Amino acid sequence: MDLTGRSLFIANRGEIAVRINRAARSLGMEVIQAHSEADADMLAVRLADRAVEIGPPAATKSYLDIARVVEAARASGADAVHPGYGFLAENAAFAAAVEAAGMIFVGPSAETIARMGDKVAARAAAIAAGVPTAPGSEGRIEGLAEARAVVAEIGFPVMIKAAAGGGGRGIRVVESDADLERLIPQAQTEAAAAFGDGGLYVERMVRDARHVEVQILGDGSRAVHLFERECSLQRRRQKVWEEAPAACLGAEARARVCAASVRLAEAVGYRGAGTLEFLFEPARDAFYFMEMNTRIQVEHPVTEMITGVDLVAEMIRVAFGAPLGLRQEEIAIDGHAIEVRVNAEDPSKNFMPFPGVTGAIETPEGVRFDTMLYEGYAIPPFYDSLLGKLIVHGADRDEALSRLREALAQTRIGGLKTTLPLFSALARDPEVLAGEVNTAWLESWLQRNIIQAA
Amino acid sequence: MAKTIQSPLPGTFYRRPAPDQPEFVAEGGSVAAGDTIGLIEVMKTFHEVTAEQAGSNIRFSVENEAPVTAGAVLAEMD
Repeated sequence: MDLTGRSLFIANRGEIAVRINRAARSLGMEVIQAHSEADADMLAVRLADRAVEIGPPAATKSYLDIARVVEAARASGADAVHPGYGFLAENAAFAAAVEAAGMIFVGPSAETIARMGDKVAARAAAIAAGVPTAPGSEGRIEGLAEARAVVAEIGFPVMIKAAAGGGGRGIRVVESDADLERLIPQAQTEAAAAFGDGGLYVERMVRDARHVEVQILGDGSRAVHLFERECSLQRRRQKVWEEAPAACLGAEARARVCAASVRLAEAVGYRGAGTLEFLFEPARDAFYFMEMNTRIQVEHPVTEMITGVDLVAEMIRVAFGAPLGLRQEEIAIDGHAIEVRVNAEDPSKNFMPFPGVTGAIETPEGVRFDTMLYEGYAIPPFYDSLLGKLIVHGADRDEALSRLREALAQTRIGGLKTTLPLFSALARDPEVLAGEVNTAWLESWLQRNIIQAA
Repeated sequence: MAKTIQSPLPGTFYRRPAPDQPEFVAEGGSVAAGDTIGLIEVMKTFHEVTAEQAGSNIRFSVENEAPVTAGAVLAEMD
């Protein structure tokens, strides 16, 4: 499909707007960049053919204002709208409004976004497609007797969760029957008080969990996977370091989780780039589906580095109605890639945000640095702290780690405090080098290690 | 001579701990040293703004949810 001369409205900012711009250019498209009042001098605006202001600095009044963004895109004459990640990327009402205004939404249908964004509906779709989920109660339990029956099936430890809870609220870990007897009534009372609904459910507690996620691409009827990433190094539930492939998986486990992900993507008629997130429990060799993200993800470059596929260009092509340009058997893993997220935060001061003016930037030749920075750019304080992503590739994990250490030693970002010193320390840590980490590892490492800001 | 409270960081100034809660300090109110008078949101994290000294008849110079620069005067008081 020839997209030359067609126009793409980028409804996002920062490094992902720059990345989408690059993909659109590679397809010969015209780029129209949205920006708030605070973002008039951002790199993506400078790189665009045209820029359109969409409101005040506060994201709620600009990047998150559906009516305003859709009207700006329509008035600009754009053929399509790319939402990036965050902001309105997983907002079904936005996707529907873009299409109602006669434009193409670069992503799945509003119906798919709504379905996969609902935890219960997404879990039901996963189970129907034969995708493994954490064993637990089928829906709500109303009391101790029902909880005991579930535990008899799945064993301790379990988590009790409030049916109406979310974001980690109302979760209790239970190790024994005595605890269960004590905590079930307590959890019911609390859930009723906090959420107006005393309903609970019980789920297996995953020990030593690793975060493994599968990248998929679909055209609405057919889907392929582009293997998996591991993102176990997290701080406050935010990923900071991602790898592809996941070194903790053997060939059989990889094939199993990737095939399950394609089944779910095809079952929901998925169109665009998407990611299925799982917890992997090494001791049981088991995957548990957590959620599906119906957008491009921050860490997509590590998948691009090992497969050679331009994910952002592909998602634009299929949004315009092109069939998938890839067959599964054409996609293979080449080597190993690692990405680290360079944030404007001071790791020696508990990751205090550091908006400032960017000084001279030095990055090594031949290393991918997806960034929003240029020398002299004043970083606005109104948005998240991600400045860019440093991405390395090697023939295997050891070589990728070695290239990461070299790249970090040769990278300088003047004028700002960044998370680069954190990665210099992690890239030398024996447990990181051995791959002996889980989703709780970094928080505990940070308790024990002081990072000197460079 | 009026005492001033300045913003320690650039970002967005909030006078309430959450949208559905009352203001930390009402216009014209009094504060003790160390009292929180507002929050600054910077890069999606929230930081408390505290009064360095006690004062009365506080007068806010910045609206709730307004963008501020580091060092901007947020309020004056007697």
